Amino acid sequence: MGKSLNVNATFIPSESLRRNFAEVKAGMRPMEAIEESNRCLYCYDAPCIKACPTGINIPSFIKKIASGNMLGSARAIMDANPVGATCARVCPTEELCEGACVLNHSSKPIMIGDLQRYATDWAIKNEQMLFTAGHSNGMAVAVIGGGPAGLSAARELARFGFAVTIFEAREQAGGLDTYGIVSFRLPQSISLWEVEQVRKLGVDIRTGVRVGTDISTAELLEQYDAVVLAIGMSKVPMLGIDGEQLEGVYDAIDFVEVTKTEIKTDLVGKRTAVIGAGNTAVDAATCSVRLGASNVKMVYRRTNEEMTAYDFEFEFAKQDGVEFEWLTAPVRIIGDENGRVKGLECIKMRLEASEDGGRKLPVPVKGSNFTLAVEAVIKAIGQTRHLSLIEQLGIEHKRGIVTVDPDTYQTSNPHIYAAGDVIFGEGQGEAMVVSAAQQGKLTAYSIYNTLSAGRERYG
Amino acid sequence: MADLRINLAGICSPNPFWLASAPPTNTGYQVQRAFEAGWGGAVWKTLGDPIINTSSRFAAVHFNGQRVAGFNNIELITDRPLEVNLKEIYETKKRFPNHALVVSLMVEPKREKWHEIVKKVEAIGVDGLELNFGCPHGMAERGMGAASGQQPDLVEMQTMWVKEAAKTPVIVKLTPNITDITTTAKAAVRGGADAISLINTINSLAGVDIDTWNTIPHVGGKGAHGGYCGPAVKPIALNMVAECARSPEVGVPISGIGGISSWRDAVEFLLMGSTGVQVCTAAMHHGFSIVEDMIDGLNNYLDGKDLHSVNELIGRSVERYSDWGDLDLNYAVVARIEQDNCIVCNKCHIACEDTSHQCIERHTDVNGNGYLKVREEDCVGCNLCSIVCPVEGAISMIEIPTGELPLSWNQRQAAIGATGSGNDSEDSGKKEAV
Repeated sequence: MGKSLNVNATFIPSESLRRNFAEVKAGMRPMEAIEESNRCLYCYDAPCIKACPTGINIPSFIKKIASGNMLGSARAIMDANPVGATCARVCPTEELCEGACVLNHSSKPIMIGDLQRYATDWAIKNEQMLFTAGHSNGMAVAVIGGGPAGLSAARELARFGFAVTIFEAREQAGGLDTYGIVSFRLPQSISLWEVEQVRKLGVDIRTGVRVGTDISTAELLEQYDAVVLAIGMSKVPMLGIDGEQLEGVYDAIDFVEVTKTEIKTDLVGKRTAVIGAGNTAVDAATCSVRLGASNVKMVYRRTNEEMTAYDFEFEFAKQDGVEFEWLTAPVRIIGDENGRVKGLECIKMRLEASEDGGRKLPVPVKGSNFTLAVEAVIKAIGQTRHLSLIEQLGIEHKRGIVTVDPDTYQTSNPHIYAAGDVIFGEGQGEAMVVSAAQQGKLTAYSIYNTLSAGRERYG
Repeated sequence: MADLRINLAGICSPNPFWLASAPPTNTGYQVQRAFEAGWGGAVWKTLGDPIINTSSRFAAVHFNGQRVAGFNNIELITDRPLEVNLKEIYETKKRFPNHALVVSLMVEPKREKWHEIVKKVEAIGVDGLELNFGCPHGMAERGMGAASGQQPDLVEMQTMWVKEAAKTPVIVKLTPNITDITTTAKAAVRGGADAISLINTINSLAGVDIDTWNTIPHVGGKGAHGGYCGPAVKPIALNMVAECARSPEVGVPISGIGGISSWRDAVEFLLMGSTGVQVCTAAMHHGFSIVEDMIDGLNNYLDGKDLHSVNELIGRSVERYSDWGDLDLNYAVVARIEQDNCIVCNKCHIACEDTSHQCIERHTDVNGNGYLKVREEDCVGCNLCSIVCPVEGAISMIEIPTGELPLSWNQRQAAIGATGSGNDSEDSGKKEAV
């Protein structure tokens, strides 16, 4: 992969870099899709369905591709997963549907993700409107955050007949799908199509509106029958070392976000260190390669055994020529006289068994300090929480992870529900787009059950 | 959302997809599960004097890795007492009053036997009867099934006996194991049939085990012919349906059967004159849930064509089905190769070179890459190359204006007859029927 990237020259116009951000994987061709869809066994009580967090009826949508019922296929996917076009591209399918495919035992698994993309691409290309809003039930719900969880909740609520308003702080809805996933995996247009599908159901998507600043939480609670909190997570936390303010130090989330709309040339020819080894760190590293960085190293205090990035992401980074500094922790970022990054001082680590038998602990190896000559440092060590808004809502949380009833998605305030990354952590939830979508759906069902039951009781 | 309801000779169902009389409709449990899954109707597995079945009953033909291209069975009619079946039919109809519940019947070719079973079955409340004159094995040896169905006079007479007693619509199910199916179709109509259904299974031997030399399937080392069905028989069935649909002497609604596995197959049968379809093998291969895509796909197809009802499809292609003698001898197509889509497998070349008319040439371009070219003046428009071509959009058959008025063989012969010149040896070799 690395060989075909336009990164060899020292000066590279942004147009050629932009090509590096085109979707890496081509969609299936018609013949491939027909062959593959006819290979699906159409299992009964299929394990792939159970392995999909949103429970897409996978054999059904594949059968529909085989029978030429493309509209039905796209609808089957998007019915179960309002961000099914995104998930076709970003889901760790080896660990989900494809990992569960019974053909793993006798042949090779059906390429479910690619078929899902084939069907949803058809719907996008043919400008299909897949669902209609339900008859108005006279109730209104506010959704804070227009990411996958918020969109999913909003769409299902609209289909039930609720008047739904999404409050989205950014210019566009879609959240992580629109701003946080690298373009060569997920072009922004895919996420925006999913947003449009929700908007066309009559959902009022108010972008550029920050709840807590532009509109108070009290107003929302007063004006809406229920509030869904789907605000995801915030910025990468501070490393707490010297030099974080230097020019050339980036927050991985911001860094990836910029590449979604603008290809800058300021990384061309620079040696770059990415701190962290999760999926976001891999994204930052592969983006850096594509932005023309001359060398990209991922710096992680544990080893590849402990890294949280998916295997296929790790493979992808290796193919892009990313290098790895395992058992290495940053000590300080060194700046030059102009306040620009010129190096990253690190220390080697070793892993020690933890006293409670849990994850091994990295311990610094005394005197092992060394300096990496780099001109850019990207921080990808997790994300902080939107604490202030959570506090304003006055709901229970643990270090910014909102506590919910696992069955109803209700927070400590029964009028406020929460779904997606805002409830991820402390053993609660999963950090995948597909999980956020499912939580959004379940939140909508819970609101429907609670509010319509209440209405029957009172009148 | 199109209207999928059909009315076949007075039998109404919410959609055109029925389960055929076969193993899937053996019990109330099965038929009720099928209705829950979405099937619009079912023809209950044939009632008659209970029989004893063999063990080892089904076999299939797998084709190049695709399972069940064809299916073969030697199972007979119901092996359960009539009373048990009637009780379950009653319960099923009560639970699903709006679904079509038709009961298949087969008794000895005796008037009182037919009267007796018709009365018993109708007494419990069914939507219609289907007379099984088609089962090709086992029952035929007892003078029933195909043995009845291959003799037009027996078809007519037994249909008449049934009609004497029946109050609900009577469908006669025809065997394809006959030279001209319209003969028995007409006999059924003469006997008073309200509709016909076709085809039943085709006499078949699924295979021979080349290691043991046993037949497939075998019953303790012995085999007997079975009935063939599944995707492989669809073209045979479609032709027979079309022949009946275009015969003015048949003129009754048709329930199409034979290899229907998807909504697309169903559309073809509807276009060729079926009012509804019956399915068996596809359900046996994949379970009842396949009807979901059949309904969804048909509905989306109709919406896409701006048709409001499935009834608007019925018979729309029948008038386009004719005799060879009516085809235009002056119509011409030639093969055209789209070089951008061609993957240069050379299959079209060798098919044409070895087995057709030697008009696809192999060439090499300036870069040394092979490509294929049709010599259009020698192409007879046989379609073979486009059939063997594995790639979508690489070979198209293009209509070539010949500048001549349409002329069929029949018109040509009539014209020759009118001019009194019977001798046309000079050019008769040009367009010769094979």
